[in-house]
Amino acid sequence: MPADRHKIPERPVADRIKDFEEVALPFDLESAKAEAKRCIQCKKPKCVDGCPVEIDIPAFIKLVAEGKQDEALAKIKEKNALPAVCGRVCPQEDQCEKLCILGIKGKPVAIGALERFASEQPSPSIPLPEGEGSTKVKVAVVGSGPAGITCAADLAHMGYKVTMFESLSDSGGVLIYGIPEFRLPKKIVRTEIEYVKSLGVELLNDVLIGKTLTIEDLFKDGYKAIFVGSGAGLPNFMRIPGENLLGVYSANEFLCRINMMKAYKFPKYLTPIKIGKKVAVFGAGNVAMDAARCALRLGADEVKIIYRRAREQMPARIEEIERAEEEGIDFHLLTAPTELFGNENGWIKEAECLKMELGEPDKSGRRRPVPVPNSEFRVSIDTAVIAIGNKPNPLIPQSASDLKTEKWGGIIVDPATQMSSIPGVFAGGDIVRGAATVISAMGDGKVAARKIKEFLNV
Amino acid sequence: MPKILSKERLAQNIVQIEVDAPMIARSAKAGQFVVLRINEEGERIPLTIADKDPESGKVTIIFQEAGASTCYLGSLEVGSEIKNILGPLGTPAHINKVGHVVVIGGGVGIAEIYPAIKAYKDAGNKVTTIIGARCKDLLLSEAKIKSITDELLITTDDGSCGRKGFVTEILKEMLEDSSIEINLVYAVGPVPMMEAVCHVTAPAKIKTIVSLNPIMLDATGMCGVCRVTVGGQTKFGCVDGPEFDGHLVDFKELKARLSAYKDKEKIASDHVCKLAHL
Repeated sequence: MPADRHKIPERPVADRIKDFEEVALPFDLESAKAEAKRCIQCKKPKCVDGCPVEIDIPAFIKLVAEGKQDEALAKIKEKNALPAVCGRVCPQEDQCEKLCILGIKGKPVAIGALERFASEQPSPSIPLPEGEGSTKVKVAVVGSGPAGITCAADLAHMGYKVTMFESLSDSGGVLIYGIPEFRLPKKIVRTEIEYVKSLGVELLNDVLIGKTLTIEDLFKDGYKAIFVGSGAGLPNFMRIPGENLLGVYSANEFLCRINMMKAYKFPKYLTPIKIGKKVAVFGAGNVAMDAARCALRLGADEVKIIYRRAREQMPARIEEIERAEEEGIDFHLLTAPTELFGNENGWIKEAECLKMELGEPDKSGRRRPVPVPNSEFRVSIDTAVIAIGNKPNPLIPQSASDLKTEKWGGIIVDPATQMSSIPGVFAGGDIVRGAATVISAMGDGKVAARKIKEFLNV
Repeated sequence: MPKILSKERLAQNIVQIEVDAPMIARSAKAGQFVVLRINEEGERIPLTIADKDPESGKVTIIFQEAGASTCYLGSLEVGSEIKNILGPLGTPAHINKVGHVVVIGGGVGIAEIYPAIKAYKDAGNKVTTIIGARCKDLLLSEAKIKSITDELLITTDDGSCGRKGFVTEILKEMLEDSSIEINLVYAVGPVPMMEAVCHVTAPAKIKTIVSLNPIMLDATGMCGVCRVTVGGQTKFGCVDGPEFDGHLVDFKELKARLSAYKDKEKIASDHVCKLAHL
């Protein structure tokens, strides 16, 4: 029988809820080697099929087992520009680890934790293509989130002259503004961005494609192909009365103030934030967990997650739900808000909610929540965060009339080539999929880079 | 990093700067704005583009030192570099030939109406401009506006220049004068002024465009803090605006939302004063 799966160490709850330092800790060398040795090195490894960026998982795990951490990292980096990120935020339980053969009878190999372990050291220098392979052909990458970074890194490896455009001052997209420090330290994102720069990618920040420059301008400036990975940046609201009361934040606003503008260091950092004592977060995805745990760290007494479906249907990673629970986040499931009420100054003071029960499955395959008649009740709150997903930002499609989009705003691409309705314009990640995962965005960036090479044929 | 190329104090608390931002200078249109951040610790400050020169790559911004960040910006000298400037943001003004347009600027809004006057003129409209301020010293860009508008009318609260009173009084008289036909009113200024203008024009059913200044963060449609209710629907000031049909705007909600961080302002100002030795 293989040994039991090694659990990744975590900081004790009492310590971690006082600061924004990382919650999960890396394996020590012995645990990493022992965990790596659990891998039975399948001839036809199923785990690789579950990896959107096609990492040779058994190969890197073997190198970890042999104590060759640097070679393991180089092996991962052949396919994945962001191992330190993916080792932390990938939903491995739905991907590689879900398909691990050990998972049938016992627990799968901790692939994510091993990837993170391998990444805990300086990046290997991968020789840059020179001479024959390198070209002077310019390619533009729009957005510097996971899709853009992956596409830019791969294109640079192929020898293209890549410029990565970003509307915010710091590159990294959702990795910077969205995911909090305690789940993904920003230092790691910066290191990964430096790596992309070291490949020769030029970063142009504070340029909003669609406003500062259009897709047409980019072609005029000599870019021969464009990859759009601008993400799903537009927050959804619940469309219930009272949503514009003071103290009601979109999760994007709440997390941007904290992660990007460091509002928790006010007034040293001049962007303010107001967090009351009784916080309600509506939604139950990873972003909702992040927002709830941020509120707790910023001094809220009670933080509730209010979600209209049941526990099994919560979209967040199980690991994140468990950590939120351990930290004392209070889950109110099968509960849907119907109206928000404010005080005389316009600040939120109460939410009216309805109890729900599960009915027939809906389009998503999940059982639809239906209201329980006469079950209205009120919850006293002074801060609300709405974390019910995002839509693509329409700025790029609005500025390029030939760019075909779905009704919900996503850019339509040919699934085989990632190319949009405009020849030479490729797209991937959340702008195509709607709000999805970091790793699926990276997978799109990777495929797009290959298809851009085929399209350019140089 | 973008550099401040010139600086001029137009009035006691009102400063004009030119920033080196060639890409913005090339693409900016009337009604649009920028967001700038002074340094790593700074807020993202949304400011209207008062003018631009695509040739030299300069963008002109006029702002009132109203809070911590704008006071800090006003303390910077020519040659200083700021962390970033992003733009042009927002939907450009929809400028058509409608006939007679009355453009109204109040307070620092006077400095922001120049691009609109110019655009309405260029589209073939007759433009009457009304500007109003507390006193003579706060009447900005008067000569510049006079050079392009068909008619310029001035009010001051204390009567130190032009007529004593508010812009709305002149507007009201124009509406009552049957010999004057007004096809569109365009107003930029303090929220109470824009609201008052809308009260005057609503009974006469004259379309009135206002340029709103809700609190913003990213200003690219990402955070939604700038939401305003327009005709019963939630809009984002940063991407759907900043210009809206004034008769449909929920001004009460706008004023409440603008007050969100009032109590933090003193703390921020004290901090900045220490920092900038103001």
